[in-house]
Amino acid sequence: MPSGIKDKVAILGMGCTRFGERWDADADALVVEAFAEAIADAGIETSQIDAAWLSVGFDAMNIGPSGIPASMALRLPNISVTKVENYCASGTEAFRGAVYAVASGAADIAMAVGVEKLKDTGYGGLPVRSRGTMFDMIGVVGSAPGNFAQLASAYQARHGISYEDLKRAMGHVSVKSHANGAKNPKAHLRKPVDIDTVLNAPMIAEPLGLYDCCGVSDGSAVAIVTTPEIARALGKKDLVTVKALQLSVSNGWELQGSGWDGSHMHTTRIAAAKAYKEAGITDPGAQVSLMEVHDCFSITELVTMEDLHISREGEGWRDVLAGRFDADGANPCQIDGGLKCFGHPIGASGIRMIYENYLQLLGRAGERQREAPVFGLTHNLGGMPNQNVAAVSIVGLEGA
Amino acid sequence: MAGILSFGAYVPRMRLQRSAIYEANRWFAPGLKGLARGARAIANWDEDSVTMAVEAARDCLGEDRGGIDAVLFASTSFPFAERQNAGIVKEALNLSDAVLTADIGGSLKAGTGALLQALRGAGTQSTLVVSADARRARPASEDELLNGDAAAALLVGAGDGVARLVASHSVSIDFVDHFRAEGDEFDYGWETRWVRDEGFAKLGGAAIAGALEAAGLAGAGVTRLIVGIPGKGVAAGLAKQAGIAASAVVDDLSGTLGSAGCAHPLLLLAHSLETAAPGDILLVVGYGHGADALVFEVTEDIVGARRSIASIGVSGWLARGVEETNYLKHLAFAGHLKLELGKRADFEQKPVLTALYRNRKAVMALIGGRCTVTGTVQFPKSAIGVNPNQPLIGTQEDYPLADRAASVVTFTSDSLTYTPDPPNYYGLIDFAGGGRMFAEFTDVDPDRLFVGAPMRMMFRVKARDERSGFIKYFWKAVPAAGSD
Repeated sequence: MPSGIKDKVAILGMGCTRFGERWDADADALVVEAFAEAIADAGIETSQIDAAWLSVGFDAMNIGPSGIPASMALRLPNISVTKVENYCASGTEAFRGAVYAVASGAADIAMAVGVEKLKDTGYGGLPVRSRGTMFDMIGVVGSAPGNFAQLASAYQARHGISYEDLKRAMGHVSVKSHANGAKNPKAHLRKPVDIDTVLNAPMIAEPLGLYDCCGVSDGSAVAIVTTPEIARALGKKDLVTVKALQLSVSNGWELQGSGWDGSHMHTTRIAAAKAYKEAGITDPGAQVSLMEVHDCFSITELVTMEDLHISREGEGWRDVLAGRFDADGANPCQIDGGLKCFGHPIGASGIRMIYENYLQLLGRAGERQREAPVFGLTHNLGGMPNQNVAAVSIVGLEGA
Repeated sequence: MAGILSFGAYVPRMRLQRSAIYEANRWFAPGLKGLARGARAIANWDEDSVTMAVEAARDCLGEDRGGIDAVLFASTSFPFAERQNAGIVKEALNLSDAVLTADIGGSLKAGTGALLQALRGAGTQSTLVVSADARRARPASEDELLNGDAAAALLVGAGDGVARLVASHSVSIDFVDHFRAEGDEFDYGWETRWVRDEGFAKLGGAAIAGALEAAGLAGAGVTRLIVGIPGKGVAAGLAKQAGIAASAVVDDLSGTLGSAGCAHPLLLLAHSLETAAPGDILLVVGYGHGADALVFEVTEDIVGARRSIASIGVSGWLARGVEETNYLKHLAFAGHLKLELGKRADFEQKPVLTALYRNRKAVMALIGGRCTVTGTVQFPKSAIGVNPNQPLIGTQEDYPLADRAASVVTFTSDSLTYTPDPPNYYGLIDFAGGGRMFAEFTDVDPDRLFVGAPMRMMFRVKARDERSGFIKYFWKAVPAAGSD
């Protein structure tokens, strides 16, 4: 049994751009914007960074191959820059690389940079792309909403929920995130919506309407990590440390086996169980103060509440409607607006989620600040329900 | 001795109402009014002669694909000018690599020509004769109203089968009533009155007379006259000329389907066999640059054959039709109308021919794998099986899934992704007996789609690459009978 990552690495500084339709900025400009905030927050010089990881989801229309573009944009001192891609979980992957580098002793200070420039496609939604030669011959050319909408059809059938009840619960997820996003100056979508607007919106992929889908945004987020000792030596007092970092990747069982009914995310359940164990959390519903989950679509957030073992199986939709995940609920979720309203620049999202937890744990979340949080969980998901990458990370106050 | 061993057909689901074609075009071609009755079958956007031929062949053969020595594919609308179309059909049917395959085209009598060739070789081989046509016609032309897209398949071999060939006669003359040069999109035709008098009547009549003489039959001995020539009164005129009873002229399906080009005589023959009685004499006429006439005698085996073949047949496919009144949809599917497809349609569909060849069994025939140790079925086959408890290496054998019944596990109707016929329906399906697939759906009626809904697989066009002209084929799931 590995000893795990708990408390071996502390966050030294973080930065995040305003997400949105950043017609003004190229990818490298976004990286610089997030980096400037992070390095100032860390209180170090560029020359003190030993290694960096760069996460980007969509290559071609972004900054191109390799770690070079980030190294050039930030004029890094010829250190290693490793580019990572793991679908929409890429951001957490970059963070993992930096954290593991520090934990191994290979680096004193490491950096994770996530960026995505999506609004150069000329159309809404995520870009259409190849998923490999074989997939292009036998796979389904669907969209992200179409792929995730299948969760809804299966969840509804599995638990015998009426279409109307599920639509209403999914609608509540989005109404809540819009209310939260309105309070976040860096969020892409800052307008509250009411349930009727959500329910009457145009259909994108049955049963997901426009408001069941997250924003497609440009943005960048940066995390600088080090050991707790170095952080203290650099003058940091209240430390946010990494408690758990777990990743679970589909092996084809959901897609090709016969045991999965399509109503939940197999990998999220595995990553969550491992993360709680790594962090020493035994009662997630009571102990996790805040959650930033991968609400690419409202139904994803809803089933994730069950997959994270917060709600009981088949009860997530009732918990949603009861306000359990609202800003003033027992388990606030997407307090920053989530992917839904903060936005979803693929490569940056995983780091953006950690950014909100970091701010909250340090009491720096302004109007959104929750009272005395201890543990913040992020759930960063890539792919589609039948084949995906699920990342669960937990950060918390040192000593918690 | 040569005969037809089994028969099948395929007719696409959509029936475009001719009144809709006429209403849209009457401002320009009011003379079409006389043809504006009934409906014609139109192929879905993901169907062509190859996919229709595959479906007709499945209808003809059932799951028994052994013992076929050759595949002859007749069409005047082959999707590929080079890449043997019969070869695609052979792959989709998962036939032995040792079969002979050949395309026969260039004339509306290609269907009967292929059938005659197969019958002549029946002493030494079993031949699958498939014929399909989705003929292109200019908007506002008579052919646009008269044509119908469909396919037929006949398995021909030694023995009497369900219908034995009694005699045949061919007339081959370069009578050019219409033509289409290589690479051209549409036919160039001559005056219909000339074609009727000098072509249909004289050449068709000569073929019939020759066949009856060879069979030693008088016209009165013909039980059914099957004439695959579009045109009101043509078959009746030929019957009269040959002394065949007017009542013997079969319904040419012009009102419900249209004329399926060179496949039409074979389709009408398959339709007749669905109700024929032992001893019936069937006279089949295929016309084009002359004419072929074939005389068959239906055998006692027809009774058992109809019970044993689990086929849908012409009647079944006709019953499955749904009324379509959107003429613009037809124009778009036929490529006459350049709609704004949106930028999502820019996705490159370039073929990867090396990978297609390596994976041809999975892609073309929907062959999955079954672990010889655990029995786990999966798609596609892989070096390491999907069974989470026993990830064994190299234990899988081929396992065909195309004819397995399936049911819906998850589904959606996606209005965002590009498809020529939005919304795009797709989802996860489970096969009876094991195996699962994330599949595109087609021919969907939204009311018949739900978790657990029964589906069957069909060979369809997955995508067309605008730049190279390549057509990607793959299997899609279609709501099956029982999902109403």
